[in-house]
Amino acid sequence: MKKSILEIFNVKKHLQGLLEIGSSASRYDHFRRNIRIIIIALSLFPLTVMAMINYHQFLKSLKHEIITPEKVLVNKTRHSIEFYLKERLSLLKSISHMYSYEELADINRLNRILYVLKKEFSGFVDLGIIDGNTGNQLCYSGPYNLQGKNYADQSWFQEVNLNGTYISDVFMGHRKFPHIAIAVQHFERKGRSWVLRTTINTKMLDTFIAAMQLGEKDDAFILNRNGIFQTNSRKFGNVLEKCPLKIMTTGYATYIVESQDKDGNILFIAYTHFNYPDYTLVLVKSHAVALRTWFALKSELFVIFIIASVLIVIAVFQLTTVMINRIKEADQNRELAFRELEHHRKLSSIGRLAAGVAHEINNPMAIINEKAGLMKDLIAFQADFKNKQKFMDQIMGIIKSVKRCRDITHRLLGFAKRMDVQIQTIDLNELIEEVLSFLEREAHYKNIEIQLNLSETLPKIDSDRGQLQQVFLNIINNGMAAIDEGGAIIITTHESDENTVCTSIQDNGCGMSEETCRKIFEPFFTQKTNGTGLGLPITYGIVNKLGGNIEVKSKIDEGSTFYIYLPIKSTN
Amino acid sequence: MDELKILLVDDEQEFVTTLAERLEIRNMNVSVAMDGETALRIVQKELPQVIVLDVLMPGLNGLDVLERIKSIDSKIQVILLSGHGSTKDGITGLKLGAFDFLIKPIDIDELIIKLNEGWKKYCESK
Repeated sequence: MKKSILEIFNVKKHLQGLLEIGSSASRYDHFRRNIRIIIIALSLFPLTVMAMINYHQFLKSLKHEIITPEKVLVNKTRHSIEFYLKERLSLLKSISHMYSYEELADINRLNRILYVLKKEFSGFVDLGIIDGNTGNQLCYSGPYNLQGKNYADQSWFQEVNLNGTYISDVFMGHRKFPHIAIAVQHFERKGRSWVLRTTINTKMLDTFIAAMQLGEKDDAFILNRNGIFQTNSRKFGNVLEKCPLKIMTTGYATYIVESQDKDGNILFIAYTHFNYPDYTLVLVKSHAVALRTWFALKSELFVIFIIASVLIVIAVFQLTTVMINRIKEADQNRELAFRELEHHRKLSSIGRLAAGVAHEINNPMAIINEKAGLMKDLIAFQADFKNKQKFMDQIMGIIKSVKRCRDITHRLLGFAKRMDVQIQTIDLNELIEEVLSFLEREAHYKNIEIQLNLSETLPKIDSDRGQLQQVFLNIINNGMAAIDEGGAIIITTHESDENTVCTSIQDNGCGMSEETCRKIFEPFFTQKTNGTGLGLPITYGIVNKLGGNIEVKSKIDEGSTFYIYLPIKSTN
Repeated sequence: MDELKILLVDDEQEFVTTLAERLEIRNMNVSVAMDGETALRIVQKELPQVIVLDVLMPGLNGLDVLERIKSIDSKIQVILLSGHGSTKDGITGLKLGAFDFLIKPIDIDELIIKLNEGWKKYCESK
């Protein structure tokens, strides 16, 4: 188990596995793909992590920036409303202290007080004095007929008797419009108690909310302890309806929460509780509006991320393509160099072997040659005798065979030895025509047409005449051997670059397979029934020695073309 | 003009004796040596005008013998003979003063031409 876990986390091994160039034909494709995966992963991973960290950090900081002014706004508005209500409560208390029961029970005085209150302070609707024991309204100034109304059973009356002051939730009551009742209890020295009660128009609350200067999609409202609207909401309901949002209506701090409306839209809700009365001021902002800047920035960030990713991918693709091509090229060059080296090594070892063999054979051949020669001399200087001619023929047969052997050993030695190059200035076109003069008879006999496309502006080259003759003789001979009767050989010369001339010898013979093309310059490789397999290796060696290069292109049944590149200035 | 005296030097006895016989049939005055030392002795004794000298021999090799011959008499024309076929030896020999270079097996008519040329050169340099 331990081993398997170690193996799983052996990153180095996995990476090496990914980067290994296999031996199959598609190895470079695999290598390219693996390199791309690794580089893209290594580039995009930190980019993605950075983008995500930035995303969250920025969102957090932006939210904080959005939230802080909302909190301030909600708190300010709450303070204003609290101050407004407390001010009204204080006014009532002042009136109760300034005037006696009898004075307030005077309707004219009460009307006068209400008139002053309405004129100097906003919101007051009516004013009444209620008996503290019976709950009967003793005197009433206002637009409604509430004289004599009994409040003894109402909860606010109980509460004002208990606490001394009272500010109600918003309610409709007898007046049929939303208002707030404010009441204060007053005890006289004689022991009598009475309650001074007024109603306040809630329009002022709407004014305070309007002063918050909300945006088009924002909303603000006041809730009571039970979550009932004390003011109208733009989106969530009217006064005295139940608020559909889940908001905690107790506590002492200012809170900001995220919530959802019934359509699933995300909302920022900022709310704060009043110290007195038991109200909650709520500010609702649409998430989309609040974070409009963020969404714009997020889109930009996303576009930048995508562009960066695409650029990385493109760069990685381009770079890996260039890199793999370079590696491929280097591998091919290395392989070619190895093949060249191997070829030279083969040629060199075969050369040494050939030299040894040729030397060992040449001496006995020389003896046979001289012995047969002596026999021939002796017979030639003799008078005619029976079978003289027949003896002569046999001896000539031996001498001919020795000559043939000598040719072979000389050829072997020619292959082995590095003949000294004799450089002279040569007109290549002229040399080719010279070589062709040797082959005219054979070409005519085989009905082979020889076409010459010799460049008239071909520069003269510094090279070895004899060896070049051998080169062209070998290649043209090979071409003729590959052609059936009626074929053609096209010989072209041209200047391939400022330092090199090229001669191409094209035949329309039987052609060669790719495999054969690779082997034709190897010693002893031949496709002819009586070939030595030395012609082309010798040719190859000579061209190389002269500082040139030889290439072959061939297709089976279409023919072959040999390209011989020779330097204009000799490197020898 | 004196009679042409030829010295054949080769460690291959069969070769050298047969070749000598063939030349003698053609009325040439031929001596034979199987090694370098013998060859030098004959040179000093008989003063041949043209020498056919094998390059590769046990003991003193052809090029050493050539140098000695030239120090004895620089007019003597030496035709080097090799079974190896390397022109390198031939060129070295030519630089050391050899007259010509032949590769085994040799053609008798070609050899005779070279011998006559060598003799002619010998006579001219007298």
